[in-house]
Amino acid sequence: MKTTLTRRDMLKAGTALAASTVFATPTRAQAPAASTVTPALIEAAKKEGKAVWYTSVDLPLAERVARTFEAKYPGVAVRVERTGAERVFSRIAQEYASKIHAVDIVNSSDAAHLIVWKRQGILEPYLPEDVAKHYPAEHKDPDGQFASFRIFLCPIAYNTKLVTAAEAPKSYADLLDPKWAGKIVKAHPGYSGTILTATYQMSRDIGWEYFERLARQRIMQVQSASDPPKKLALGERAVMADGVEYVVFQHKEKGDPVELVYPTEGTPLIIGPNAIFKAAPNPNAARLLQSFMFSPECQQLCVDHGGLRSAHALVKEKAGRRPMKDIKLMKDDAAAVERESDNIKKRYTQIFKV
Amino acid sequence: MTIALPAQQMAERRSFKIDFTWPVLIGFIALLCVLIILPMGWLVYYSLVDQDGAFTFANFRQLVDDPVFLEPMMTTVIIAVCSSIACCVVAAPMGWLVARTDMPMTKLIRALVTASFVTPPFLGAVAWEILAAPNSGLLNKLYRVVTGAPMDEYLLDIYTLPGLIFVISCYTFPYVFVLIANALDRIPSDLEDASAILGGGAWTTARRVTIPLALPALLAGALIAFLQAMILFGSPAILALPAGFHTMTTKIWSLFQYPPKPELAAAASLPLLIITVILLRGQAMILGRKGYTVVGGKGAEPRLIKLGWWLVPAMTFVTIVLMLPVFLPYFALFNAAFSPIATTLVTPWNATMHNVWFTFFELSSTKTALKNTFMLGAMSATLGTLLALVISYLTARQAVRGHRILAFLATAPIAIPGIVLGVGLFLSYTRPPLVLYGTIWILLIAYITIELPAAYQQLQSAFKSVHPELEEASRMLGATRLRALRDITAPLLKTSVLATWCFIFVSTIRELSAAVMLFTSETKVVSVLIFDLKESGDLGAISVLGLSMLILTFAVVIGVSRIPGFGGGTRLRNT
Repeated sequence: MKTTLTRRDMLKAGTALAASTVFATPTRAQAPAASTVTPALIEAAKKEGKAVWYTSVDLPLAERVARTFEAKYPGVAVRVERTGAERVFSRIAQEYASKIHAVDIVNSSDAAHLIVWKRQGILEPYLPEDVAKHYPAEHKDPDGQFASFRIFLCPIAYNTKLVTAAEAPKSYADLLDPKWAGKIVKAHPGYSGTILTATYQMSRDIGWEYFERLARQRIMQVQSASDPPKKLALGERAVMADGVEYVVFQHKEKGDPVELVYPTEGTPLIIGPNAIFKAAPNPNAARLLQSFMFSPECQQLCVDHGGLRSAHALVKEKAGRRPMKDIKLMKDDAAAVERESDNIKKRYTQIFKV
Repeated sequence: MTIALPAQQMAERRSFKIDFTWPVLIGFIALLCVLIILPMGWLVYYSLVDQDGAFTFANFRQLVDDPVFLEPMMTTVIIAVCSSIACCVVAAPMGWLVARTDMPMTKLIRALVTASFVTPPFLGAVAWEILAAPNSGLLNKLYRVVTGAPMDEYLLDIYTLPGLIFVISCYTFPYVFVLIANALDRIPSDLEDASAILGGGAWTTARRVTIPLALPALLAGALIAFLQAMILFGSPAILALPAGFHTMTTKIWSLFQYPPKPELAAAASLPLLIITVILLRGQAMILGRKGYTVVGGKGAEPRLIKLGWWLVPAMTFVTIVLMLPVFLPYFALFNAAFSPIATTLVTPWNATMHNVWFTFFELSSTKTALKNTFMLGAMSATLGTLLALVISYLTARQAVRGHRILAFLATAPIAIPGIVLGVGLFLSYTRPPLVLYGTIWILLIAYITIELPAAYQQLQSAFKSVHPELEEASRMLGATRLRALRDITAPLLKTSVLATWCFIFVSTIRELSAAVMLFTSETKVVSVLIFDLKESGDLGAISVLGLSMLILTFAVVIGVSRIPGFGGGTRLRNT
């Protein structure tokens, strides 16, 4: 995807390295060697017969990835457990506290979770060949414990039947116009990792005052970041203040009346890494699934069908979508989200009452 | 009667009592204590400690001081009061029409009320979103088409406090209706005849005789409606959060989101528990004092009032009332199941099987959830009925001393709201020695505990209606207590047992508030799966899943009531 390293990339890689040094467990393992999919691995995975994927990817897309995997490797069933990233996180915490090890492989839209799990030492290092060869440094953990399965943005969008392109908001500041009162839908950082990450970046770049004023707009508060695009498609609300870009793409390309707006202040950048747990009940199936999910085949499916973006160098962006390099992005900072997480949820609840 | 027995048999029976009865009694008391007192004990303990385990009142102080808790409490009280009034205003005239007038199709009307009872309140709430969301709701679209109003004008907004009260009332009114209709069924016409003979007109009779006799049932209904509205979780979670407010149940639940605050959740649960206990005591007092009024009315058929021309408004009223919880929501769900977009009307040209395909062939949780749900439903119903059967036998026949303790323990869970029990069980069984969290057993315990009081009350009154002299006759002829039970009492109780089984089965399937606290990925049930789907806005899958669940529920209930030897005529009874 990227051919030259920009200063910004260097900076990011630098932060990632610094972060991982700070948070690394004392017994830091060497980065594992890249693993290919061998017939032995497929055989072992078939013996286990299933893999369990806890994820916050929008359900139809997650199930499609699972079914595509099952078609390629018959005999290994994938069970998708989908809920908001923050719920996935507390679910795993609760289950692990009760010594329940049900999850094989996890995907979170809150990259900060991976920092926590890595610090707890519960992630299994595993480096799929594709990640080793085709993923830039800022999208993989130096110790091989996780890598960016998906990248997407958290923009504004509107329903084109209810709002014309001229009237549509161009920036976050535009959403504070009284004419949008009662017409905005927005998701919740206590449920969605996307929204938690976005709330961090926005509060850092444009300030909490924005949220305090937005709260007076009588917004419709939904939970999942993939729900606002669906509410737009239903025509239930005219504008979404936040939500996932990829579900908007899906609706738009299906012919539903929705349109994206990348706000002038910058658009929050969300990175959703994948990782395997040490205590995975189906370790081989987990590896096979992990390798599959970073393959060009799966990544291209997620881009073309799902509307996601990919860090895989061989995967192409779909025509008709604005390429990421042309969009003004807010800077992602998982380490800061990890520090601020509880505070953000608390403050958000005070402002929005739920 | 024992005098007639030979001395040898007397001795035999005495030893039988010593060997058998006390262990049974102690066993059952111990079991009920574990079921009820253990979770409640942990709840109280947690409410009184801080995060390090030191004793403190800080949790309660925060509850009273912090507006984050005061507002949900006020909201909950408003919802409970308004729903209770709304239910009575609707259910009382409807109960009277069905029980005391010559209105036709009363059987059908009662069956439809049962259907609204079987509908899980959270599913009803989702259906009402599809119907009355301000912009995309089907009813609002209809309103705009009819009146030509602009795109952003609407008639109904379900995401408001009145909207929530309305939806809660829709699925609470069956409780009140059944209580009132049953009470009016039982009022003997002799009393009304007496009033007529003494010169009272129809109106005077109604005012001076019928209404006062039905008043205790109405008050009981109002209390039940109040409690149901107060402890409901699903509907507020679906309708209140988008509108930007919490009720106590959703607030308690939100305290378990990361980072979890079990101490505060425990403290916030206790007011619900205390209010419930107080109100139930109040109900017992009212019913206890007024209960004598209809005793002795056996045999006399109630006199039916002729509606005449009033039939038209009466039928209109009943139809509208049944539209709200049954016809309209089922239509909305059916529409959403086969429509490309939930709030677009299905036509033969746009109908799609995509949602059905997705739910059954792509959604990987469907099979697990359906299996768990129906397995848990059957197990809870079977074990719960057995438990209630033994306890009600012991108490109704006063077979053992101390039966009053049993009766108290078996009715106590009625005072525990589902979400509170969920919190209590979570705190009890996520620690050694019994780590049940993550297994279906913790859900089984929750369901049995929640349904025990209703099951016990049904079976206890069934036992009371079978006179002990039949059992005594069998005992005199030499049968043991157990043999008498098997050969005499059990066959007479079949219908009640079956009704109880079905009641627990249905209630288990529609339970959400305890399950949402206790499930893990392996032990997900359909109600929780629907709730998950709701949070990510997948309305099509919800509709398919919800309708399938209802169809399967009805199939099981009908199938069970047709088991040979059990006889038909089983009717679901609400508590």
